[in-house]
Amino acid sequence: MTRKALEHSLTCINFDMIINHPLLGPRDSEEFVYLGSADLINRPNWESETAIEDFHEYQYIRENVAGDNVELWYHEQGDQSWLVVTRSTLTHEIKSVELASDYAKNNGRSR
Amino acid sequence: MNKVHYSGFKVLKEALTGHKGWKPVWRDAEPKSSGYDVVIVGGGGHGLATAYYLAKNHGITNVAVLEKGWIGSGNVGRNTTIIRSNYLLPGNEPFYELSMQLWENLEQDINYNAMVSQRGIMNLIHSDAQRDAFVRRANSMLFAGAGAEYLEQDDIKDRYPFLDMKNPRFPIKGALSQPRGGTVRHDAVAWGYARAASDLGVDIIQNCEVTGFNINNGKCLGVETSRGDIKANRVAVCVAGSSGRVMAKAGIKLPIESHVLQAFVTEGLKPVLDNVITFGAGHFYCSQSDKGGLVFGGDIDSYNTYAQRGNLPVVEDVCSGGMAIMPMIGRARLLRSWGGIMDMSMDGSPFIDRTQVDELYFNGGWCYGGFKATPASGYCYAHLLATDNYHDVATEFKLDRFLRGAMIDEKGVGAQPNLH
Repeated sequence: MTRKALEHSLTCINFDMIINHPLLGPRDSEEFVYLGSADLINRPNWESETAIEDFHEYQYIRENVAGDNVELWYHEQGDQSWLVVTRSTLTHEIKSVELASDYAKNNGRSR
Repeated sequence: MNKVHYSGFKVLKEALTGHKGWKPVWRDAEPKSSGYDVVIVGGGGHGLATAYYLAKNHGITNVAVLEKGWIGSGNVGRNTTIIRSNYLLPGNEPFYELSMQLWENLEQDINYNAMVSQRGIMNLIHSDAQRDAFVRRANSMLFAGAGAEYLEQDDIKDRYPFLDMKNPRFPIKGALSQPRGGTVRHDAVAWGYARAASDLGVDIIQNCEVTGFNINNGKCLGVETSRGDIKANRVAVCVAGSSGRVMAKAGIKLPIESHVLQAFVTEGLKPVLDNVITFGAGHFYCSQSDKGGLVFGGDIDSYNTYAQRGNLPVVEDVCSGGMAIMPMIGRARLLRSWGGIMDMSMDGSPFIDRTQVDELYFNGGWCYGGFKATPASGYCYAHLLATDNYHDVATEFKLDRFLRGAMIDEKGVGAQPNLH
């Protein structure tokens, strides 16, 4: 088999996704439960005048990104932490992993 | 192009005259510079059906179907070919029953052999609670005229001796059967609708990717494509699986996530399964194709993706479901597996609606149930496009139903699209 053909075969084989847990190291994605976009961290203000529309947008409307998606994974069969994973929805390649608490703090949340 | 009427006589005549009379099945058209009354984005089953019913039911023939690749290269070529109308909720069941009735007359209507086979579909029952739920569903089906039967344990055992009736976790207690359900040759649906629509004057334009929408003052005037701009009085998007990507070009966000559903087919076997069997409790369903392969599938992969392939854990999950309920499947070798991208909506039900942009319409959100809906989807979408009114059986498929609290959630799992 030529090198090019081998490389092509390797990208066609469906390898399981490995999530590099910041505390526990590389873990099989099967240990996790997928929730969805990390936008879900930013709950709207329920006291706002536009709360109904804001919560509709928050709960039901999706960016549905074709490309790098920032998303929430829950380590159910591990340490039960929430992670924010940046993953390509076109290739399944995982670009970065961080604790959801770190992500929230870096984005202006107090905790 | 001269119409060729397909018949047994025609086959015999061509067989005796060297098969010189066959012609291309549809016209490969060029975009018209004068524009169209309706431009349909997406040359899959639903888009081609929409074009056909626009022309046939409403006399609107100045229509183009734009397809990025070749027609039928999306989900109409990547499904498990099952048709059924065994839904529970009033927003859904009459729609799917209309679809079933259209399937029943499809081949005569479009003069094309789509191999519609009403071999029946059977949903296995494993507990008293599940039996109650399925009997309730059966009553809903009977109200809609879809027909439903309850199968006893012994009936199932006699017909399908290979099923594991005494599975310790999921013993088979009975089944809900819809004898009118079955399978259809999926590619032939795309080809048949394309031929019928083309014969009525519809332009089918392949290798024509929509790259943008021409929107001015909140009104859609046409589309920008890889083959130039095309003017249209009305634009109808019909690209389930890619809805997010295409509608983003019009600046519209949807209550939809894209997920991948994998499917599998074994090597060809002698006839063994004359029905569609679904094992909902273990997320596995199976039928046998006319070539003999066992066609089966299960859950979606559960994470957002536009890649038309899934991962190995779901392969294992689906196959273990199969092994649990019909252990003989372990003796068959897997021939192929593939993945299709699903528009997973927030309540598991589809959309056939206007959008906030005038003259831009949307059809999508079919989850993993789009194939069976193909005829009714085209029928009702064409009705909306032609009359600007919702068809009687498609009044609930609106994009704002979540804001109104009027979702159609068959499973009752809420806005968790990977669980529908």
